[in-house]
Formats: sequence, structure tokens, C-alpha cells
Amino acid sequence: MGTKHNLRILGAVAAAGLALSACGSTTSSSASAGSSSNCTSGQNLAFLGATTGDYGALGQNMVGGIKLALDDYNTKNPDCKVGVKVFDSQGDPDKATPLATQIVGDSSIVGLVGPGFSGESLATGKTFEAAGLPVISPSATNVTITQQGWTTWHRVIGNDSAQGAAAASYILGTVKSTKPFVIDDGSDYGKGLASYVKKGLGSKFDSANSDTVQTGQTDFSATVTKVTASKADAVFYGGYYAEAGLLVKQLRQAGYKGLFMSGDGSEDPAFVKAAGAQAANGAILTAPAGPAPADFDSKYQSVNNSPSGLYSTQAYDAANIFLAGLDAGKSSHADMNTFVGAYSGDGVSGPIAFDKFGDIKESVIFAYTVKNGKLDTANPTPIS
Amino acid sequence: MNFAFLFDNFFQLTITGLALGAIYGLVALGYTMVYGVLQLINFAHSEVFMFGTFAVVWVVVFIHGTTSANQSLGSSLGLLALALIAAMLTSAAIAMLLERVAYRPMIRRGASKLMILIAAIGASFSLAEIMGLRDRIAGWFGLEDKLANYVSQARNVYSSPVTIEPHGVFTFVNYKVTDIDLLVIGAALLMMFALDTFVRRTRLGRGIRAVAQDPESAALMGVNSTRIIQATFLIGGLMAGVAATLYMVRIGSTRQNAGFILGVKAFTAAVMGGIGNLRGALLGGLVLGVAQNWGAALFGANWQDVVAFVLLILILLVRPTGILGESIAKARV
Repeated sequence: MGTKHNLRILGAVAAAGLALSACGSTTSSSASAGSSSNCTSGQNLAFLGATTGDYGALGQNMVGGIKLALDDYNTKNPDCKVGVKVFDSQGDPDKATPLATQIVGDSSIVGLVGPGFSGESLATGKTFEAAGLPVISPSATNVTITQQGWTTWHRVIGNDSAQGAAAASYILGTVKSTKPFVIDDGSDYGKGLASYVKKGLGSKFDSANSDTVQTGQTDFSATVTKVTASKADAVFYGGYYAEAGLLVKQLRQAGYKGLFMSGDGSEDPAFVKAAGAQAANGAILTAPAGPAPADFDSKYQSVNNSPSGLYSTQAYDAANIFLAGLDAGKSSHADMNTFVGAYSGDGVSGPIAFDKFGDIKESVIFAYTVKNGKLDTANPTPIS
Repeated sequence: MNFAFLFDNFFQLTITGLALGAIYGLVALGYTMVYGVLQLINFAHSEVFMFGTFAVVWVVVFIHGTTSANQSLGSSLGLLALALIAAMLTSAAIAMLLERVAYRPMIRRGASKLMILIAAIGASFSLAEIMGLRDRIAGWFGLEDKLANYVSQARNVYSSPVTIEPHGVFTFVNYKVTDIDLLVIGAALLMMFALDTFVRRTRLGRGIRAVAQDPESAALMGVNSTRIIQATFLIGGLMAGVAATLYMVRIGSTRQNAGFILGVKAFTAAVMGGIGNLRGALLGGLVLGVAQNWGAALFGANWQDVVAFVLLILILLVRPTGILGESIAKARV
């Protein structure tokens, strides 16, 4: 009988695993009642993005950044604590759409940090616009999002067109490549970024020297064969670190000697781990963000018990803009939106101010290098 | 369509495709064995494989530590042997746990095949999420910090710190065939041969075939069908463990959802070769791997799955039971 009982428990653990994976909202730290005069109690920020599923790691980096910002704020304002409600879309536009309706229906939410990805941003922007809810995305960089005419949508990260142009000028100017090869992962982000790199490369780019892989793919042998057969001297990859790491590893193992370059989606320590130190060395990763202050990671670790990652600083900055708005007593959506639109300040990811489309005004693109088996996050070179 | 590229690099694309397909084939063996015996598609088999890949990294981290290193295949054989044992044990344990917890109670209560199928999908999600939440599970026991190298950032890519560098062994036309290619393809053929012999020659193998053919008559003849089903899951798990080790030698990284795409491909391979047929599983895997690489070469890597699935449809149109078609029950003695 004992074994039977134990198996039931195992079954329950399995069921709990399922329940935890189900998407929906979870309040991580609920706001407590405030007593100060200009404090509305129980206010929350919302996060919309992937915290489970294939891209869960990215969303968790962002939630960590928000939690750090809230931790700072709540320590300073113990009488008026703000919480965060996490809405897990798993990065899927179809799952994000109903969650967006939930978010605009929740009157305790003063602003949304997110959506995480470009695809879900395009799917949900209209809902937030209709409700007037201010939105600041830490990571959605697809160019077309800010061309939709939405007045509540902002992002604290430079878009793909600026980054693609900078990457192309690095490939042509600094590396002096004569035969660049461009690969993307077919996602709204990767394809968009790669298309701006191709545009920037102009006549140096031959359309035969490109390929599209799939997210989640782990074996790139056909693409690797294409690159080595083309005798390319530079490879740009538009996509995320998981695939980028494996791609550069397999390229190097097949004897590819040229430059490997990728965008902000690959600028994560896991890129080096997936590639292995030897294959990752010399890789250049561009990102529309400067280095985080030296103490950011240790502060982040003390709140989240895990190291910060890609988009943590941007999410931290986005949350801080809303918190500054709350400090200034902006509680209605319209007031908060005006406040965000006119915001100007220095975040940990760089100076922040928005243009009339919601794009960040000043975005310097930096090139980060992998050296001695480590992504050198402290000393990037700005690309002009 | 880029035919010139395909023909110029024909052997490179074929051999890397075979190496990829060999891993599909080994995972497909698990699907096909369970289907042959229970007529059940064990969707959670992809997670059995995924747990194996994690076991490989855990062993490497435990023995080698977390410093990144590049080693040749020869100097890593000892490490790989231990990793292989760990992966086989882990995968087999997960496969048997699945059978015991998810399937046996349902079969005993006479649940319909469809209900068991749903349970399989549920088990698949549960196992993937348990792996993706392993940091929190370790946290319940207060081991989060102690086991940080094994559980932290549970949803992120988890990579083996030791990279196995391939070395060219001989040149075939214009492609230097590497030791890793040979190891993967050779090991898959060897495992396939061993399993085929086992099912055809041994007493337990005969029991498996008997239950596959007619569970009731087999029971009347004194075959313990529960034990046979257990053995089937055990063997499928062991094969998935081998596949996981070979996969980690080639790819080197895994994550909690690594089983999903590979599982779909392996299941496709099993259907392509004739589900329920052991030799068909490996053949289907190899055909699928090569077709995928050729398709990627012709149309671009984003078309490789389209090519693979169109091929599957074409094969099923001509031979509805798959390439080899016969079931495990009819395997000749």
C-alpha cells in the first residue's frame, strides 16, 4: 500500500507541474494598503510576455528587472507598495490577446511593462490603445510596431532598423568583409533585423548568400554547408542566443574562420555556453544598449537569486518610468501616458526619452565582443 | 531551387543528414516498440529523451566542473561512457515511471486508447515542466544554492561545458567524414542490430512479440503481460538514453523543451518506416534526416520540415503502412 500512496504523490507532483505551466496571471507580490495621502493602495504594474514555454528564460529576465525596480521603490515607499502582476503569454500572439483584455480590465494596473516580443506587441497594441493603458516594451524591436499610430505604445530599446544599419556598417567598415552571409530565424524579430542588415550591406550582399533557419532548431548542418561552400568571410545571424550559440559552434567545427555577428537577441551569457568558449571567442554581438552599471547584477542577484540576463536592464528602466509617474501622482491612464511620453532621464540601459511614435530618441548601438570565453559586457564599442 | 549546391555538396549533406537521422531513429525505436505492443503512441517518449540529455550534462558538470573546455572524442571516452550509463539509467527510469504512474492504472481500468493518448500528452507536458521548474523543486528542499550548477536558470539553454571537437577521419569525395559522424551512425546501427536480435532470439523478446500479436492468448499461455509492457518501456528508455548521449556529443546543448521537436521528428520517422517495426524505425530516421538536409539545401533551411513531411505523405500514399510496413509481432524468428 505504501508504494501506491507514494505514486499518488508523484502523480500529484506531475499535476502540479502542469498547473504551474498553465498560463494566466500570478500576483507575485501584492501591494499592501498605503497610508500616505497621494497614495492609492493596491496599485500594480503588469508584465506581459513569456515566463514559461520556449522563451520563458527571456521573460524571467524581464520580470527580474521589474522586481528589482519595485524592490527599490517599495523600500523607499514602505507605506505605498506597488506590486507586479505577471501575465504569461509564452511569447505567443494568440495567447497574448486574451491576456491583454484581462490586463486592461484590471483597474489596479497602472502601466504595462511589455509585451516581450514583436509578434505579441503587434497583436495586442490595439487593445491597449483602445483602453488608453500606457505600455513600455523592454524588448520588442520590430520596426513596424511604432508605425501603427498607437499613442500609448513605447519602447526603451532602439528598433531593428538602427541596429541593422549599424551591424552592416561594422561588417563593411570595420571587418571589411567582401562576402557577407546573412541568416535569420524567421521570427518577426530575427527576419526584421536581418532584412535591415541586408539593406545596409547593399551591393556587397548577394541574395544567394542567405538562409532562414527555424527557432528551436539544433542541427544546422545544411546551413553550415551553405556558409562554408559560399566561402563567406562574415556571417550575421538575426535571432536569439539559443540558436545563435549552436550555429556558431557548428560553423567553427566545420572550419569556418570568418566573423560571426549577431544582434541583441544573442547578447546573453548563454550564447557563450551553448557555443563553447572556443567557438564563441571573437563573436561580435550588437545591442542598442550600453553596459549596465557595475553593481546592477549584484543588486539583481540579491532580489532574484539568479544572475541578470538579456533585457533585465531595459525592463528595470521601463518599470522605473512608471514608478516615477506614480511618484509624480499620475494615477489615471491618460496622465500616466502623458508623463511617459514626456519622460526624459538616464536609465541603466542608457538615456531615455521618446519621440512622437513611442520610439526611444537616442539609441547608440554597441558592439560587444566575446573574449577569453566570456561575453565582455563591460567594454562595448559604440558603432557610429 | 539550388540544385548545383546540392550536387556540389552531396556527400556532406548526406552524411550529416545520416548522423542526424540516426538519432531520430534511436528515439523512434521507443515509439515503435510501445506502439507495437500496446498500440499506444507514447507522446511522453520525447521527454524520456530530454531527461537523458540532462543526465549527460549533469554527469559532465559533476566530473569535469563548469569550466569550458574543448576535447577530442578520444580523450573524452571515459567521461562519455559514464554519461551514457547515466543517460540510459535516467531515461529508462523515467520511461518505467511513466508506465507505472500514467499508463498502467489506465490500462487496468480499461480506459480507451484515446484516453491513454491524452494522458500521454499530459505526461509529456508535466515532465517538460518539471524539468523547467527544477530550480523551484530544488528550492523546496533548500538545495537551490548547493545544486546551482545543475538547476539554476531552469528554463534556459543548458549546455555541456565540455565541447567534443570533431576530427576528420577520412575524406569522402569532398567531405571530411568526422569521428563524431562515424560514432553516431555506427552506434545507432549497432543498437538497432542488438535490439533486433534481442527481440527475435531471446525469451523476453519472444514474449514481447507474443503480447504484440495477441495479448489475451499470450496471457493464457502464461506470459506476464505487465512484465512484458514494463520491459518494452525499459528498452525504449535505454535506447532514448543512447540517443540522448549521441545527441549531446553532436549538439552539446539541451533545454526543457528539447524533446518536443525531436520527438515529432522521431515519431514521423517511426511512421515513415512502418510503426511497430524496429528496422523500419531506424530506416525511417535515416531517410528523414537525409531528406531534411537535402530539402534544406534545395529550398532553404526553413523548408526542411515541409520537405520531410511531404515525403512522409508521398510514402504513405504509396505504402500506407510505411516503408517496411510489418509490425513487431510479425518479425520473423
